[in-house]
Amino acid sequence: MPGLAGLVVAVLDAPERSLAWPMSYLTTHGPRADPATALMWGLTALSLAVVGIITILVVWGVLVRRRRGAVASLADVPAERGAGGLAWFYVGMPLTVIALVGALAWTVAVLAAIDSPAVKPRLTLEVTGRQWWWEVRYLTPDASQTFITANEIHIPTGQPIQVRLVSADVIHSFWVPALTGKTDAIPGQTNLAWLQADRPGVYHGQCAEYCGLQHAHMGLDVVAQTPAAFEAWRQGQLRPAAEPVAPEALAGEGAFVAHCGACHAVQGTDARGQASGDFIGPVTVASLAAEAVADPTRHSSTGGVVGPDLTHLMSRSSLAAGAVPNTVGGLSGWIANPQALKPGAQMPATYLSGAQLSAVVRYLRTLQ
Amino acid sequence: MRPAVTAWEDARRPRIVKVDGDFPGARLEKMWETAPGLAGWISSVDHKEIGKRYIITAFVFLILGGLEAMVMRWQLGGPNQRLLSPEQYDQLFTIHGVTMIFLYSSPILTGFSNYLWPLLLGSRDMAFPRLNALSYWIYLAAGLFIYAGFVTGNGPNDGWFNYVPYASKAYDPGINIDVYALGLILLGISTTVGSANFVVTFLRTRAPGMSINRVPILCWGTLTASVANLLAVPSVSLAFFLLWMDRQFGTQFFTTSQGQPLIWQHLFWMFGHPWVYAIVLPAMGMVSDALPTFCRRPLVGYTPVALATVATMALGFGVWVHHMFATGLPSLALSFFSGASLIITIPSAVAVFAWTATIWTGRPVIRTAFLFFASMIVLFVIGGVSGVMTGSTPIDWQLTQTYFVVAHIHYVLIGINVFPVVGAFYYWFPKMTGRLLSEGLGRWNFWTMFVGFNLGFFPMHIAGLMGMPRRIYTYAPGMGWGPVNLVISLGALLFAIGVLLFLINIAVSLKRGRVAGPNPWSAPTLEWSVPSPPPPYNFAVIPTIESRHPLWEDWLDESPARSRLTEGLLLDRGRETLATTPLDAEPNLILEMPADSFAPFILTCGLSMGFVAALFHLWWVAALGAVILIGALIDWFWPRRVHADMEAADV
Repeated sequence: MPGLAGLVVAVLDAPERSLAWPMSYLTTHGPRADPATALMWGLTALSLAVVGIITILVVWGVLVRRRRGAVASLADVPAERGAGGLAWFYVGMPLTVIALVGALAWTVAVLAAIDSPAVKPRLTLEVTGRQWWWEVRYLTPDASQTFITANEIHIPTGQPIQVRLVSADVIHSFWVPALTGKTDAIPGQTNLAWLQADRPGVYHGQCAEYCGLQHAHMGLDVVAQTPAAFEAWRQGQLRPAAEPVAPEALAGEGAFVAHCGACHAVQGTDARGQASGDFIGPVTVASLAAEAVADPTRHSSTGGVVGPDLTHLMSRSSLAAGAVPNTVGGLSGWIANPQALKPGAQMPATYLSGAQLSAVVRYLRTLQ
Repeated sequence: MRPAVTAWEDARRPRIVKVDGDFPGARLEKMWETAPGLAGWISSVDHKEIGKRYIITAFVFLILGGLEAMVMRWQLGGPNQRLLSPEQYDQLFTIHGVTMIFLYSSPILTGFSNYLWPLLLGSRDMAFPRLNALSYWIYLAAGLFIYAGFVTGNGPNDGWFNYVPYASKAYDPGINIDVYALGLILLGISTTVGSANFVVTFLRTRAPGMSINRVPILCWGTLTASVANLLAVPSVSLAFFLLWMDRQFGTQFFTTSQGQPLIWQHLFWMFGHPWVYAIVLPAMGMVSDALPTFCRRPLVGYTPVALATVATMALGFGVWVHHMFATGLPSLALSFFSGASLIITIPSAVAVFAWTATIWTGRPVIRTAFLFFASMIVLFVIGGVSGVMTGSTPIDWQLTQTYFVVAHIHYVLIGINVFPVVGAFYYWFPKMTGRLLSEGLGRWNFWTMFVGFNLGFFPMHIAGLMGMPRRIYTYAPGMGWGPVNLVISLGALLFAIGVLLFLINIAVSLKRGRVAGPNPWSAPTLEWSVPSPPPPYNFAVIPTIESRHPLWEDWLDESPARSRLTEGLLLDRGRETLATTPLDAEPNLILEMPADSFAPFILTCGLSMGFVAALFHLWWVAALGAVILIGALIDWFWPRRVHADMEAADV
């Protein structure tokens, strides 16, 4: 069976794993996940052993003890009292208890080991789950050093990162299998998680709590970089968007601010992404209005953000939380008809002319 | 049930008679039989009729749920399939869960228990026959209510777990969630009255001599499940009621601003986890009772198994948080619930060792039913160990919400519920219909289902380990989940073919099956002492029991005493049965049983009207429903003197 063969390959050929199964956690790459992975392998081995032993006992028992030859009627076979049955409990139950207590002790030990990082994290991120993308805010005491991105989290290797998880709408769950198990993002509360990558790489993640129509397309990537590379990336993110030079891109900027700026911010332009309800797509207008009635305080904490901040869009590898590759074609297709690629997504069709669309894409491609 | 306590009845000394040909059956037949035609069908309170209806209705829901699954498996068979829109997929996976968990797996066991209990216990009916009918009608009404939503595109669409705030009006503005909320509250009424009936039946209507240590394990399983339901169902009914209030009247129980979304999860899983045990313990009881018949020896460790059944349920109330490990609860709490979730394996292991030991110390005769029961042991262990893995918090943080958990729940629900249930069909179908299911077709049925099930569901563990989340309507090719999903879909198809073979076997055998006779398996328990199918009164005389295996006493010869099955109390002044004391089952009272009645059906009509009205805020219709309901209750409780009438007719 291809699945089983794949599993074996995944185990034997760990470094290639992330290419074949980007969401697999059979091997992991950081101290938050590794102890749990060892435990998982341990309990998997124990489980397979238990299943193997009981299967053999049942099959063997039936084969050895069955009454051979045709039995026309069970009435021909007298019932007997049978002896020695209780010995099975005397042997089986202590073994069961020992195995379970062992599993429990190991579980508690791992739980203690990964509860919090060994050293205090120097970097704290606030990740906000939204239908259906992730807003990522790099928190610093100095407000000028804070910036916002989406769906792609860059971290330096070799140090723990604290993640504050909040939700702007429904419950989501933050999960980057190779680095950390799941922690839910629940509206009205802040959950803390942490992760650490031991070596550079791109680690794929995905929302793990059912959150509506596009739960399937709510991916994220964690890009672990050497501290120097991370610092360079961070400096880049802190800069406002560069003013476009080419005339078509300049026209695109205008069109972008007019058509997209209500929901999407580009720092250094008039696109602020702080929509008042009128500019939002039809789905969102309805849901925001209903929510405002049901729960008037809900949006105050999140400042009315609607779509991802696009200031450095081109530094990200994909669009729409992993649903669309960040290429000229992907970008054009996504803007022209988001509902075809991600049905139910909050982004409405923008009704740009062909020239406008091409200009907007040209402009967006300048947002390095 | 009205205990007969008048001085006149106190003084009554019922005759003890021997069964002799038509005596006293012919006379009892007239008292207990249901009138022919539609009127009789609607008014019947015969537990066997109600049991069969439960079984058939639940099986229809199983087939519907299976078809829903097949559509989903088509969608997931390869990456980026476009058979279903996200909204359609969401409603499908939700209704699939709701159907299988609420409308199939519990009602099917209720059906078997309803049919079998009085026959196993040596009684003429359940303690409250009309309540029994009411429980069925409300179950049917709730099922139709929820499915009416589904077929009109307004079915529940937030998963069977229905988490808020996604289930709140802001994110789910249609009536979908209201259909689910009201439907489950309605179903909760059915479950509650049914459970109360089982508890009283267990405690009071066992045959004289069937002390509490001689009761079949199936009865222990259903009793335990019923007590659990009485404690757990209020939690979910309350949760759904509060949610409905939030959605319709702007209360703030689960909102982010003034309420707390997480409360939903606590209330739901405080119910949800005990429920999982409630829908497997009676099925485990079936295996504990029927497997030994084929092994030609009594179950090894009756007492440990009975105690383990109760212990599982008690512990089952302390593990609900293992559904919430990722919600940010403190580590100390997680350790506790992790511990409880692992420890609960111990009583389950008791059952596994008991069954395995029964095979090893018996002489198994292989029949299709035996294959289903024996294979269940292995499926149970697979579902059990994957449960241990998900009970370990740090691993669960990876496994939860992936296909690993989907694999786990299907090994539990199909392995420990569907396999024993199909085995139970092979075992008890002859009792219900008088004809045996075909053994030849049965082998094909078993192997197709067994291979299909494992081919379809074992690879789900692997899909989970490859990181495939649950409840996604599609996935990208780059994730590498395509091949394993194709295998899963093909396995599911084979499993479906196995179920189809089962249905064919039933259709063929109903007409042409071999005639069974009263005891085709030479089985030890009381239901096999009466004809197949049993007469409406079950037992011509109330039997007296001297052991756990009344029909094997001559073989086992555990004591000189012998149960008396053809000689006993003649209770023939109208519909009567005997009440005994709860522990030792000493004769205590004669129960006057109700006649057939339209009240349960009419009450259900009134109640359902109220629920439909509540869905659409048609308050005057709700008032009309309430009037009908009260009318039915008045009829229900109207004093009748059936007994005295019979007495007069006698003279």
